[in-house]
Amino acid sequence: MSENAFDAIVVGAGPAGTAAAYVLAKAGWQVVLLERGDYPGAKNVMGGILYRQAMEEVMPSFWKEAPVERYINEQRIWLLASDSACSFGYKSDRLAREPYNAFTILRAKFDSWFANKAEEAGAILVPQTLVEDLLFEGDKVIGVRAGREEGAVFAPVVILAEGVNSLLAKKAGLHPEISPHQVALAVKETIFLPQEKIEDRFNLEEGEGTAIEIIGENTKGLVGTGFIYTNRESLSVGAGVLLHDLVRSKLSPHDLIEGMKAHPLIRRLLAGGETQEYAAHLIPEGGWAAIPPLCKNGLLVAGDAAMLVNSLHREGSNMALTSGRLAAETALQAKEKGDFSEASLGSYRRALEASFVLQDLRKYRNVSDLFARQTHFFSLYPQMANDVAQEMLIVDGVPKSEKVRRVRQMVFGKLSKWEILKDLYLLWRTFK
Amino acid sequence: MKLEDKLYLLKFKPDEKTHLQPKIEDCANCEEKPCTLFCPAGVYKWEEGKLVVSFENCLECGSCRIGCKFASLEWRYPRGGYGVSFRHG
Repeated sequence: MSENAFDAIVVGAGPAGTAAAYVLAKAGWQVVLLERGDYPGAKNVMGGILYRQAMEEVMPSFWKEAPVERYINEQRIWLLASDSACSFGYKSDRLAREPYNAFTILRAKFDSWFANKAEEAGAILVPQTLVEDLLFEGDKVIGVRAGREEGAVFAPVVILAEGVNSLLAKKAGLHPEISPHQVALAVKETIFLPQEKIEDRFNLEEGEGTAIEIIGENTKGLVGTGFIYTNRESLSVGAGVLLHDLVRSKLSPHDLIEGMKAHPLIRRLLAGGETQEYAAHLIPEGGWAAIPPLCKNGLLVAGDAAMLVNSLHREGSNMALTSGRLAAETALQAKEKGDFSEASLGSYRRALEASFVLQDLRKYRNVSDLFARQTHFFSLYPQMANDVAQEMLIVDGVPKSEKVRRVRQMVFGKLSKWEILKDLYLLWRTFK
Repeated sequence: MKLEDKLYLLKFKPDEKTHLQPKIEDCANCEEKPCTLFCPAGVYKWEEGKLVVSFENCLECGSCRIGCKFASLEWRYPRGGYGVSFRHG
């Protein structure tokens, strides 16, 4: 084998790419993992939830040594109005026991650790290296050209896990340019707070964590959500809105997150905190319709680069890990067959179809369309829920029959019965 | 907290050359110049008939690449090892 030839090349050391490299290295392959950041994780941003099952399929009992922040044993949803919130939640001791369900993580730490595990397994990690082009022989991908001297690297299979701005997948003709309807821009702050404060404010014991998703006033009527996640000694606070809506709104994402932090109910949770980092990232929201062809001769695509995100359930890292693992397993089978053609690598798509990844994305294929059209789901209904709660909870000598009359007036003054029935029908049709 | 103060917290290793190149004639014809608002790092400013691009503050999210209605931006990643480095991410 020449110096620049490997069994496989993986582009991007996020969860998808590192999972792929780890699985291949474990199988004894010579695999090179190319990463443009200063270190793995330097360019990688997410809200912060890592799901245990998908990671455990790659590495059993990983949480015992991985730099996870807190396990999530409480999930809340807030419907936010200007000075109030209707809150729903689920907290369970069953979520506070091994093997756990989900963890908060900070990507710079976690991705570095994970890439290091891939290195220990035998992968060759090359950071500070941008892959500029795929190399072709006819229509077959035979390697990549990295942005450094003698940058050509060859392998019978390349796994692309370059993230949402998948320039190489686009160059390979796998998808046209992403549209602003298909991505959300999220901005996030990591806010330092002492461990004890976090545990007191969120009613947590050591190691436990809360995830709050926020819909309503915080996105100023744009399609999107906000979140607050507890880390060990910090909070991850963010706001994400559909890029198409944001561009038309003339709002700045920085103002959105500042507005959200200043909300009276959120301000109390963050009080005294010190912002340590501000980050921005695109989230693939296009769902089923936006998924590109997942392979080509000598090429597989995984993770955000393949638009594998279930935004409804806030699942992305699990889809990245699972697709990265399945891409690696597909490559292993292809080697056994001695065939890295598109037809042979096509079993990757079938493996994803047999898994939750494409089954869930298919099930929710109409979700992004529904939300893009019914934008009042993000403004009118959260406001209504707060108005109704306020009216019904105030004890002011007004008889309940009068209160019910007021509530009906409040609701039907904004939407007709038909409109509400139509929304319910649309929801049922989309989620059934 | 101001955006400038937040950007100040971040670690950047700016390249000598920009990785963001708008076609300036498209920018002149763009009435609303939304990139001057939606860029989360305030990279784009319209000053005296010119689009000033502070590429050294770029968070590399890609919003401008997709959000520019003229699709007029030549958007690349900074060279390997350059640009922003998140410590938390």
